[in-house]
Amino acid sequence: MAKRSAPEVNAGSMADIAFLLLIFFLVTTTIETDSGLNRKLPPMEDQVDPPIIREKNIFTVVVNKNDQLLVEEELTDIKDLRSLAVAFLDNGGGVGEEACDYCQGERDESSSDNPDKAIISLKNNRETSYKVYIAIQNELVAAYNELRDREFSRLYPSIGLNFVDAQKKYNDPRTSVNDSEDLKPKIDVVKNMFPQKLSEAEPSKTN
Amino acid sequence: MSKFKKKKGGDLPAISTASLPDIVFMLLFFFMVATVMRDSTLMVVNKLPAADQVQKLDKKDRVMYIYAGKPSSRYLDKYGTSAKIQLNDKFATVRDVGAFILAERAAKRQELQNVLTTALKVDSDTKMGLVQDIKQELRKVSALKINYTTRLGDYTQNIN
Repeated sequence: MAKRSAPEVNAGSMADIAFLLLIFFLVTTTIETDSGLNRKLPPMEDQVDPPIIREKNIFTVVVNKNDQLLVEEELTDIKDLRSLAVAFLDNGGGVGEEACDYCQGERDESSSDNPDKAIISLKNNRETSYKVYIAIQNELVAAYNELRDREFSRLYPSIGLNFVDAQKKYNDPRTSVNDSEDLKPKIDVVKNMFPQKLSEAEPSKTN
Repeated sequence: MSKFKKKKGGDLPAISTASLPDIVFMLLFFFMVATVMRDSTLMVVNKLPAADQVQKLDKKDRVMYIYAGKPSSRYLDKYGTSAKIQLNDKFATVRDVGAFILAERAAKRQELQNVLTTALKVDSDTKMGLVQDIKQELRKVSALKINYTTRLGDYTQNIN
């Protein structure tokens, strides 16, 4: 019997198979990054003697179980929260050593002395819903960002960025080392002008 | 004179598709390398609340995820409708959170162990009580950097 040469394998369907795999990976690929509100929790150990804070330097925000908002003991709508917080932080009512030379607020004596002293206290109930809590956190962060933006643009107009964008640029891994080293001290200066002092009380079980 | 007969017709030769598999394979390998499969399947409803003052959570190797929310529809019969915590692929109680964080932290590289962030992916309809409990547990194991993961949007979407 004559020796038959092995028939060639038809490779025409190879492309189809490869396409199939390709489409599978295309569909399963997720190139996404999460984003959210960064917060820092207070450490667990109890302070032996809590620092004395004057009542006027505390901005109290309470959310009850019906998701109602109580700002400085007054029922408030959430859309007013940002401007109230800005007014409180930017008040700069202090005199002498506690004076705030960059504040543009009303310098009301019954409100905060200095952004460095001003504390926002956020208290929530166990029955408060998470989305409302996040909305409030968002508005409080927005208040800080608004003021930081203002100061950053005032101090460093040559950069042409506001604080949030500058921070974004600083955190972006594509920014060159020189640029980020240049931005870092500037960001820190503005951060220290309006430090985020947001205290979260232990949850209340009642009310 | 047949030797010099002109070739008849201007038919274009068929384009060879022999290199098509190569091209497709090249694309295939790219996507295979770039793909990050979701490492845990969600067992809870996870509709994140909206916020716009967000910061990006880059560097996935520095993040630990905690999910919370109502069990999704296929687990409803078994686990009920109250909000639950999901760690990795399992439902967990508040007490497991500390151990989970310690285990996750130990699994990371030494130099990253101090810069870890805990991403809280909590469903928007959850009550704060559960979140508060998780936060207390995180404080106990001093995992203080947290991130409330949100989706980008106006805060008014949260209120209705």
